[in-house]
Amino acid sequence: MADFVLKVNGTELHVSAPADESLLFVLRDRLNLTGTKYGCGEGQCGACTVLLDGKPARSCITPASGAAGTNITTIEGLEQNGQVSPVQQAFLEEGAFQCGYCTSGMVLSATALLRKTPHPTDEQIVAHMDGNICRCGTYPRIIDAVKRASQSPAKAGGQ
Amino acid sequence: MKVRDALLDELAQHTIDDKPYWFRLDRRDFLKLFGGGLLVCLADVSTWAQESGRNFGGHELPKDIASWLHIAADGRVTVFTGKVEVGQNIRTSLAQQVAEELRVPFDTITMVMGDTDLVPWDAGTFGSRTTPTMGPQLRTMAAAARDMLIETAAARWKVDPATLTAADAKVTNPRNGHSLTYGELTRGEKLMKTVSGEVALTPASDWKVAGTAVPKVNGRDFVTGKHKYPSDIVRPGMMFGKVLRPAGFNATLVSVDTSGAEKISGAKVVQDGNFIAVAAADASTAKSALSALRATWNVPAQPSNKELFALLKQPPATQQEDRGPEHVSGSVPQAMASAPIQLHQQYTVQYIAHAPLEPRAAVAEWVNGKLTVWTGTQRPFGVRDELMAAFHIPVEQVRVIQPDMGSGYGGKHTGEAAVEAARLAKATGKPVKVVWTREEEFTWAYFRPAGLIEISSGAQHDGTLVAWEHHNYNSGPAAITTPYNVANQLIQFHPANSPLRQGSYRSLAATANHFARESHMDEVAHAVGMDPLEFRMKNLSDPRLRAVFQAAAEKFGWSGSKSTSQRGFGIAGGTDKGGYVATCVEVEINPDKKIKIRRVVQAWESGAIVNPDGLRNQVGGAIVQAIGGALFESIQFANGRILNPHFAQYRVPRFSDTPQIEIVLIDRKDLPSAGAGESGIVGLAPAVGNAIYAATGTRLRNMPMALPSAASGETVSMFRS
Repeated sequence: MADFVLKVNGTELHVSAPADESLLFVLRDRLNLTGTKYGCGEGQCGACTVLLDGKPARSCITPASGAAGTNITTIEGLEQNGQVSPVQQAFLEEGAFQCGYCTSGMVLSATALLRKTPHPTDEQIVAHMDGNICRCGTYPRIIDAVKRASQSPAKAGGQ
Repeated sequence: MKVRDALLDELAQHTIDDKPYWFRLDRRDFLKLFGGGLLVCLADVSTWAQESGRNFGGHELPKDIASWLHIAADGRVTVFTGKVEVGQNIRTSLAQQVAEELRVPFDTITMVMGDTDLVPWDAGTFGSRTTPTMGPQLRTMAAAARDMLIETAAARWKVDPATLTAADAKVTNPRNGHSLTYGELTRGEKLMKTVSGEVALTPASDWKVAGTAVPKVNGRDFVTGKHKYPSDIVRPGMMFGKVLRPAGFNATLVSVDTSGAEKISGAKVVQDGNFIAVAAADASTAKSALSALRATWNVPAQPSNKELFALLKQPPATQQEDRGPEHVSGSVPQAMASAPIQLHQQYTVQYIAHAPLEPRAAVAEWVNGKLTVWTGTQRPFGVRDELMAAFHIPVEQVRVIQPDMGSGYGGKHTGEAAVEAARLAKATGKPVKVVWTREEEFTWAYFRPAGLIEISSGAQHDGTLVAWEHHNYNSGPAAITTPYNVANQLIQFHPANSPLRQGSYRSLAATANHFARESHMDEVAHAVGMDPLEFRMKNLSDPRLRAVFQAAAEKFGWSGSKSTSQRGFGIAGGTDKGGYVATCVEVEINPDKKIKIRRVVQAWESGAIVNPDGLRNQVGGAIVQAIGGALFESIQFANGRILNPHFAQYRVPRFSDTPQIEIVLIDRKDLPSAGAGESGIVGLAPAVGNAIYAATGTRLRNMPMALPSAASGETVSMFRS
């Protein structure tokens, strides 16, 4: 077991876990942040996406101890003062989900994209998001949601 | 096929036995639970009593109660149904229909779904049956409740009920402007009414809440991560379980050494026959203990994809019920003998995996001998039956709760994880969570059946079809009959011994049967030298199917579409489960022969639209999911093992596979609403195959489809013949 501190959604949290335990399972099972989802355990589906210092990472293949010292953002950390982020709002307005299980990862991947590229083209959205699977097949709506968020006056980059 | 037969077919695809139980909940206790208000129960109404039948998979639908609805003193409305929300949006669309008939604001309604202690027995959520059956049931109850509230107000005011109106959760007397809210009318009452007669329902043309694009209920919880899926459930003191999987299908355990696992601090090993599993306070320890188990298995030699279709063509070793032909008319041999144009072709579909993004998951807890399991399933009552059988406990001692889950597509009818978690919970005395890995889900769930389909057809030179013979081996009888006019037909489904565990999949065999039929129709069209759409229309009189073909073709610009060697246009369509679909596609053939779907136009009609946004979402999702089966999804197996049980090896559609999609919805307010979660999947694959032929002259008859000379690449199927 290793003891380390993770800074999750702006709060420092003490964790005691095997050094190689994935960030995904530390978040879900030890910190009760279940918004981050298990989909494949090998970085192929994107359901477990979180942001490390603003960059998207697959938490299922990221050892939690290795994430110490970074700013970790999970889906639970996007709301500010009870307001959903522009990306979350855009997903709601476009109805860009069915079962919603991929949505956390989609929202975080999209958030990272819009920070880097505030006005992405369709091609840029597809290239950036292609590692995220929506088995329900709502991709066109997700693309529309990302575009909608990119036009939001509140700007997605500010979360 | 009769509706009841279709339901039985679907249930027959389950690998589990269905036990003949249903729980008759004491309604008086139930009302006590609410402390008052108005409780309306739906009693036997002939239309669905007939559908449920007496031999419904061993169950008899509860004759006295199919669903219920409660109006509390504060005006809150609670609706109880055994249907479950898996992403198809019925939590929203059913509530819309209740709001419509009850005349209450949409947001006053709470749907309680899939909790076996709270809701009436239900066979499960499958077969596109929620909208055509549960929808009218809930509407009937709501309309009856509204009438009762009007009668209650009329009695208080001593006026004729016919003079009163109900709107916005109030009964109003238009003559003097007096009104009472539903809450005021039910306050202090303990009213329980059973609805047994037919109640006049609001026609779709008058709908104000139903028929509109109400957003998903609790959508906010899904974008903020707050919604608790089955795999997110946490119970106090909960442990994490892992199950040792055999080295292959049909394996027998030779020996197991658990000593290594038992030495791991905090790990508990449970062995009960062939069930070997571990539980620990955290998932990492459980995983370590699992990998410390040393087991030897004897795995018998078993078939692979190579001999699959020859195997399916063999008569089953165990005699299955011979259901005979689905349809026979005229004489196919006679008609074929004189038909100037004759075609005989074979089509195949592979086993594919549902791969719901949330794998099987369950949390089980025993308290004073009562088992409660939270799990992801399309059949909470089916899972309850499995648990009763596995643990030899009566119905009162099992409760299954189904939180809205990470989808199913027909793949979560069974309760494996529930039984596993419950066994471990029993052994440890603690709540236990079992979440299958992706590899487990790809291996130990069940698959969409593979199938071999043979079609022979005869036509006149003018394009009139005269003979049609269609044999489906193993994949299933759904949508096997042709919607086209053919005087001489022989259509038959042949069960086979499947080498892999198989079961329901979105639309069942309608995908395979449409792929074969609509590919073959295209072949006949080319053989007689007619435009594929014109040929279909010449042989088609069903006005609803004609309408979707016309709508899709018009939106697509079919008449002006001329295929080239790099760009092909194809069309296909059909009907199943009350839905009508026509699909036009444009494919691009790359220089290396890879296939890229550029554009899809799909027209859809399923009667009166309950929620146009939800419907559009379902139809669009079905198109995207169809791309996988059409172009790259295929389970590869040999000797009892799945060879591609990971997303890195089993390719599902992604953003980059998604074409431009345009959906045309036809709203037939004059027709009953049919389910729309499934049949939107059936048109794409044949339309793509037909477009590939139009561009290349190569006919692809095996799903997933790939051009023979394609360089090795992701879209290449290993299984083309």
